[in-house]
Amino acid sequence: MQEERLLVFTGHFGSGKTELAINYALRSLKQYKKVILVDLDIVNPFFRTGELKEELEGAGLKVLMPNFAASSVDVPSLPANMYSAFIDKSAKVIFDLGGDGDGARALGVFNQYFKSEAYRMFYVVNTKRPLTSRPDQIIAMKESIEQTSRLRVTDIINNTNLSYETRACDIMEGQAIVEQVSRQTALPIAYISGEKSLLEELPEDIGVDLLPISLYIKPPWRQAKNK
Amino acid sequence: MAKVLMKGNEAIAEAAIQAGCHYFFGYPITPQNELPAYMAKRLPEIGGCFLQAESEIAAINMVYGASGAGARVMTSSSSPGISLKMEGISYIAGSELPCLIVNIVRGGPGLGGIQPAQSDYFQATKGGGHGDYRMVVLAPSTIQEAVDLVMDGFDIADKYRNPVMLLADGILGQMMEPVEFKKREAIDLAEKTWATTGHKGDRPRNIINSLFINAKELEDHVNKIYRKYEQIEKSQVRVETYNCEGADLIIAAYGSTARIAKSAIEMADKAGIRVGLIRPITLWPFPRDSFKKWAERDHVKSFLTVEMSKGQMVEDVSLSIEGKKPNYFFGRTGGVVPTPEEILGEIKKVMGGTRG
Repeated sequence: MQEERLLVFTGHFGSGKTELAINYALRSLKQYKKVILVDLDIVNPFFRTGELKEELEGAGLKVLMPNFAASSVDVPSLPANMYSAFIDKSAKVIFDLGGDGDGARALGVFNQYFKSEAYRMFYVVNTKRPLTSRPDQIIAMKESIEQTSRLRVTDIINNTNLSYETRACDIMEGQAIVEQVSRQTALPIAYISGEKSLLEELPEDIGVDLLPISLYIKPPWRQAKNK
Repeated sequence: MAKVLMKGNEAIAEAAIQAGCHYFFGYPITPQNELPAYMAKRLPEIGGCFLQAESEIAAINMVYGASGAGARVMTSSSSPGISLKMEGISYIAGSELPCLIVNIVRGGPGLGGIQPAQSDYFQATKGGGHGDYRMVVLAPSTIQEAVDLVMDGFDIADKYRNPVMLLADGILGQMMEPVEFKKREAIDLAEKTWATTGHKGDRPRNIINSLFINAKELEDHVNKIYRKYEQIEKSQVRVETYNCEGADLIIAAYGSTARIAKSAIEMADKAGIRVGLIRPITLWPFPRDSFKKWAERDHVKSFLTVEMSKGQMVEDVSLSIEGKKPNYFFGRTGGVVPTPEEILGEIKKVMGGTRG
């Protein structure tokens, strides 16, 4: 079955949705000729997709972002070219939606397009974030995002991590919590994501697809080390 | 407590709550907004008070009031907002009131930009507000250190009845790192017998005041607070030294810049150049003795101060090393962050004698 053309990555800020959206978009290039990554984050002033525009476009993606991104002006407005994501039906489109209910508001203006076309919306969860560490908090955050974005989450991604200190047992701990959320909401867990080496340590019978990711957004002192 | 992943701004807020700060007054500004947003969510849950004031000036005066009533209280802002708070900070220092002020620094002057900077060093350490006063200035370089310094900062403020500032560039406010909130031993702090909590006829009236019309009385008051500053200079200096033993060159850097400098130092090591780092953790009191000690070592040929500004801490480094060795400067400003490669380039220039 063909996957929906429109994909949305959402979650609490710090859940890792931007990294996931970048990784998923780059992966989609193998299957689709044209992939558009839309940075709809109106919450974070730094550490965002826009900063990597050149690198990502070099890899073959088309990157659309708010006018203010990387411009040092903190008044978010959405440029008209974002509508091209909906009009050009030949393109696979991946939306990186800003954190929490507040950030999800940016998607509201595009509601009419989502009403007329099927979409898949991934809710990215990191249970090591204090405000999404329990099932009730995770569900409350999901509902707040759904309310302001006027879209429905279709899948959950367990992206539990402690940045560069993540261990496989942290991912498993997160998985147990995310499974509770899945039972309570009847939403499927689409993926467990994390760095490749960590995912290899997980038990083979885990029963969920794995989504290995590479990290693109790094603080300046880590950028040099990987060059 | 197990480690969690937090944004610097959130971690600072949680650390303050765990340090017993239940009152926050502020006004939004990028790049520190996650801090008041976190307080707005958490403080009502624990019976505290979060209030978004009508301006930064109102917020700092609410801090003045709450502190006068004996509460642990804080405010946070970013550069232009901190400028607005300066009058209040001077009043708080003059009235000998404890509080924590967080500045998540962005580029300036004026409205500047929203990207990270360290160009508020002068403002934080050399006054900022009017009059003879000093403020303890704590400069973390990791989120864990920010958490620990917030907790210590409240204790220092209470102990000396003086405002304390946490000065962190925007990178530290915005980045995410694993962090642990350690249970701390309660330290023995004097009861706030000076607080205006209502005398109920049982004791003389307490008055919070920074107005002394008589010149001699004001001089006595200033001398009294300066005796506290002498104590602070003796006992509160904090500094990290890294790789200094045998180093030809020592970098002076604080905050995020010190972490970028460490990456450059590792690269220099691979190129066979031994470079050390002195990282002031307290910007006031400045770790003068540490700089002086290393400047006196024969193997240290020169210093290189690196900042995200046009050069502000560089003056304190020069004063500390008393001309014993040359002190070069490299900085990026306006929100531009120096790269490890750029710093390595400067190291090579200094070592090769091509820096004038």
